[in-house]
Formats: sequence, structure tokens, C-alpha cells
Amino acid sequence: VAKAKAPSADELLDLYRGMRLVRETEERLGALFADGEIPGFIHLSIGQEAVPVGVAAALERTDTLASNHRGHGHAIAKGLKLDRFFLEIMGKHGGYCRGRGGSMHVADMTVGMLGANGIVGAGLSIAVGSALAHQVRRTGGIAVVFFGDGALAEGLLHESFNLAQLWRLPILFVCENNGWSEFTPSARQLATDPQRLAAAFGMRASKVDGNDVVAVRAAARTAVGEIREGTGPHLLECNTRRGRGHYEGDPQKYREAADLDRVSADDPITRCEARLVAAGVKRENIDAIKREVAERVAAAVATARAGESATPADLVEAVYSSRREAHA
Amino acid sequence: MSEVRFGQAINRALVDAMTADPAVVLFGEDIARPGGSFGVTRGLLDRFGAERVRDTPISEAAIAGAAVGAAMSGLRPVVEIMFMDFITLAMDALVNQAAKAHFMFGGQASVPMVVRMPHGGGINAGPQHSQCLEAWLAHVPGLKVVCPATPVDAYGLTRAAIDDDDPVIVVENKSLYALKGELPDTPGSTPIGSARVARKGRDLTIATYGAMVAAALNAAGELAREGVEAEVIDLRSLQPWDESAVLASLARTHRLVVCHEAVEAFGVGAEIVARAADAGFDDLDGPIVRVGAPFMPPPFAKALEDWYRPDAAKIIAAAKRTLE
Repeated sequence: VAKAKAPSADELLDLYRGMRLVRETEERLGALFADGEIPGFIHLSIGQEAVPVGVAAALERTDTLASNHRGHGHAIAKGLKLDRFFLEIMGKHGGYCRGRGGSMHVADMTVGMLGANGIVGAGLSIAVGSALAHQVRRTGGIAVVFFGDGALAEGLLHESFNLAQLWRLPILFVCENNGWSEFTPSARQLATDPQRLAAAFGMRASKVDGNDVVAVRAAARTAVGEIREGTGPHLLECNTRRGRGHYEGDPQKYREAADLDRVSADDPITRCEARLVAAGVKRENIDAIKREVAERVAAAVATARAGESATPADLVEAVYSSRREAHA
Repeated sequence: MSEVRFGQAINRALVDAMTADPAVVLFGEDIARPGGSFGVTRGLLDRFGAERVRDTPISEAAIAGAAVGAAMSGLRPVVEIMFMDFITLAMDALVNQAAKAHFMFGGQASVPMVVRMPHGGGINAGPQHSQCLEAWLAHVPGLKVVCPATPVDAYGLTRAAIDDDDPVIVVENKSLYALKGELPDTPGSTPIGSARVARKGRDLTIATYGAMVAAALNAAGELAREGVEAEVIDLRSLQPWDESAVLASLARTHRLVVCHEAVEAFGVGAEIVARAADAGFDDLDGPIVRVGAPFMPPPFAKALEDWYRPDAAKIIAAAKRTLE
């Protein structure tokens, strides 16, 4: 990755704020889930915040994004409104999806967030199609898809890489390589690695420390700049660590304690704080951001708690966009 | 008015839709340069260019998935799955993505995509190239499924499907591609969800679609010689299907035969029969009889496939059963 200009203190603070927002949000989600205020199940990305925040810093609002089941960070980094986000995940009518989707289906078309996804790898081809739309419509935009290393074993990923490269589509494939495919180490699931996979398709690729938000931003900016110039797809592999289980409540009996220790030792937010301090930012400024973010999240949670429950009243009419005759 | 073949009518619909709206794009296996396995997209590459008419690799899952993403991002893709049998490889995109996006995103998104695919036997293509799997798709809330029987409806339903804001599956019976019929100089769109009466009759109703419409009309012709007037309903759309048209016909004839080329068990016909037995119960003067393929894969050899596919003789036998 080409050495990019070091970020200013203000830029660094923005990245820090972005990561804190994802972390605070997910910590609250975890607590709400534990308290039974969130139905179903949720997948947290705690420990991986530098990836969505660093990549989103290289994107425009009109760029489109497809996400996966561990997608809260992608959604927030793309600019979703916190109150509607919490309303959705808590199953309220005012949520992004009126309570029909939940954590795995949060979406906001107004900011190009094409949806989290409950099917591993499915976002890849959706993003390929969105990139095709950018290309044909000459929007100047690109599509981005976030997926875990577990998706590398999906056939659809291989089809998507191939099609994107054949058509030189404006798409950034972001692999959040956290080393785990659900409950199994990825080393036992993939006979190759992401870089060699990209090379097999002749696709541009790069690898970055995914817990270094500045490095992620720099790598994403380089890749996105090239994609906008028409070089075709790029695979950005971000090596990171999964701080929690596959899902909240996962007892993680398959995981050694040392692996979890490595997560906290390599925390992207702690690392960013150290960088802020080294850049001369005062501790009180950092603390002020923490407070500001915590207040924003608390306000969103309060709104969501007070929100009206989702209602079945409009469900039957909600299946189709265009007409109501479809027969149940 | 001019005489065109069924496949040419679809081609004409694609030309007219692409001319009317630059957001309409086509992609699929061998659809651009080769013009499609059955020649339906012939000439479109030259006419509309390589940006809008694209050959894809043999990647059904990515074709369907990319159609979803393209449709959510401002295009109106019309993609082809070379044989309906291959839809197995694209089911996630259809079932979990296209069908659900509008609903599960709370109405924020629509997925105006069309998937064209040929089904059915008649060309001895064997067990993996002859199936009629439309019931699978009609069972999924969020998808629409149409199946034309004539060139004019092949045109009209293709146009309607492209204009529709929801994902629409256009099932084309491959034995119909060469069928000739009249097409007006400025043909119109056929509303999705509306059946047509293909032949009027007072003694029984035969509800059917696709290639079986012709078989039903042949059967009705034979029955007329015996003094039995069968009404033939061409459903045209399977999801949504025109329940009121079938029930109205049943109210006139009091007897119902439902016919499709697909395997009889758990098919589209089962849904129609169930509704007729419920909402049409008071109108029934005889058993509702289904005609469909036997419960087995479509066999290859001509003698086997001829035996396997429903035909006029089987429809006549069913009609006589309900008239007994």
C-alpha cells in the first residue's frame, strides 16, 4: 500500500469518533440483548471497528454498500441514523424496516446502504449488480461489499470475483478477515488465502492491518481512487479480530482464552487513542468524544425504547411494491 | 397486424422496452453474441450495444444476484436462465434476496428485475433440461410468476414484467418458441394477474397455462364433437393468479379440470383446486380433477417423454371423469 499522507489531528479524531460510535452502539446492543430487549439474535463486530470506519472514510454518500450479518459497523459508518437503527433492532414500527428485518436486514437506501444480509456471501453478487448499475448509469460511484473470511468458501464469491473482473466493474471487495468462520478457524475452511484468490482472477488486491484505522483508510483511499479511475475491482483484505462470539450468547467453547486476550491487546480503538495522544491530543478531548458518543447512543436507545411496537396492520400490503393482487 | 413466432414476440418486447427505457439491460449466458440458446435475444447486441446486452459466464447464482443489486441501484435488468432447471443454482438470489427486499427493508427498496427462463419438455432434453418448477417460485411471497401461451401474451407479459416494480419470473415453455400468432403493430402489455378465456363453454372449465393451453383447446375441440362444451381459461399469471376468473367460470360450468405440464403433486394446480374447493364449493357438481405429469423426473427417450407429458387425451379423460 502506497504511503498516504498522515492524518491531521482532526481527521484522527473523526476516525476515533466513528469507531467509538460503533463500539458504544454495539456494547449497548449487547446489553439490551442480554436484558431481553432485543428479540432474535445479533452478531457483534466489537474489535473490528477500524474496518468499516476506515473504509467509509474513503467513500461518498452516493457509493453503494452491501453488508453481511455482522453489519452494524457498516451501517453506522455509512451514515445511518442511530434512532431508526435502534428502533429497527428493537423491533419497533419506526425502525428502518418497520421491524420486519431486524439486525440482519438493516438498510437505508437514502445513503446507499443496500442492506445487511443473513446469507453468507449474498452481498457479493448484490454489490456486483450495484457496481454494474454505477457503470451503466455512469454515476461515478462505486459499490462496496463487506464480507468475512467465512464467505471465501462460498461459490457465489468466486462467481462474483470472476464477473466483476471480466466486466471491470467499479467495486471494492472488503474482506474482514477475523480468522473465524462461525465456530471454526478459517484455516480449516479455506485451501488458499484471499490474496492468492484475487490473483487467480487477475484482480487487484491489497492487505492491511485491519485494526489500524489510519492504515485501513489509506488502503481504501488508494483502492477506491483507482476503482473510480476505471481499473476494475479490488480486493482489500483487512486482518482483524473478532471480539465476541459468532452471535451474542455464544459460549465460545471452541475458542482458547489466549485468542481472546489477543483481541484486547490489539484493540483498534485503544490503538487509535494511543495515536491521538502521541499526536498531542489532550486526554480531555478524547474523553469528551467518549461522552458525546455515549450521550448520542443513550438518546437513540431512549427513543427506541419509547417507540411504538411494530404492527402487523400493514404487513399483508407490504409484500409487493407495485400491487396488491398477489394471492396469499 | 403481423404474424410472428412466440420467441420473436419476446424479442420484440425486449426491443420496445429497451427503446423506451435506457435503464433496461439484459444479461445471461450466451444471450448477446450468440443471441440466446433459443434465439430469443438475437440482434439485441447489435441494436443496443455491449453495455446493455451482455454475455455472462456460466454463473447462475451471480447472474441472479447481480440482477438484484442492479435493480436496487436504478437499472431494470432482464436476465435469462438458460433452462428453468438451472434455477436451483440461483435460488438464494430469488428467494432470500429479490423476493424479500421490499418487505424486509420496510418498503424502502423495490427490485424491478425480470428473470426469463424456458421450462417444459417436447425436445427430449431429459431430466435436467425439461422440468416445470414454477410452483417453487409461485410459493415464495414477493415473487411474481407469469407463463404466456401465445405470442401476443409473450409480448404483453414480458412488457408488463419489465414495467413491474417487483421481481417477475417469466416462464417460457420451450415447445412454444416456434408457435406462430398475430401481433398487433403496436402491441400492448398484458396485465399481470389477469387470465383470459381462450374458449367459451358451458359444461366444464379447464384452467391451464403455457403449452397446455393448446392441448386444452384441442381437447375442447374433441369434446365439442361429443356435445360437451368446455371453457378453457388461460391463466397467463400464476402468482398472482386470477382466482376470480376461475371461480366465475366455475360458477357457470360447475365442473373444473386443472391442467399443467408440471408434475401434478404439490403443483400450481393444487393451489387452484384448494381455492375452488373452498370459495367455489357451492358451485361444484363434480370432482375437481387435475392433469399433470406423473411424479417422476422427465424422461429422455421420445417414447417416454411423449408418455410423460400431459396431452389432449389426458385432459379429455379428466373432463369425462368430472362429468360422470
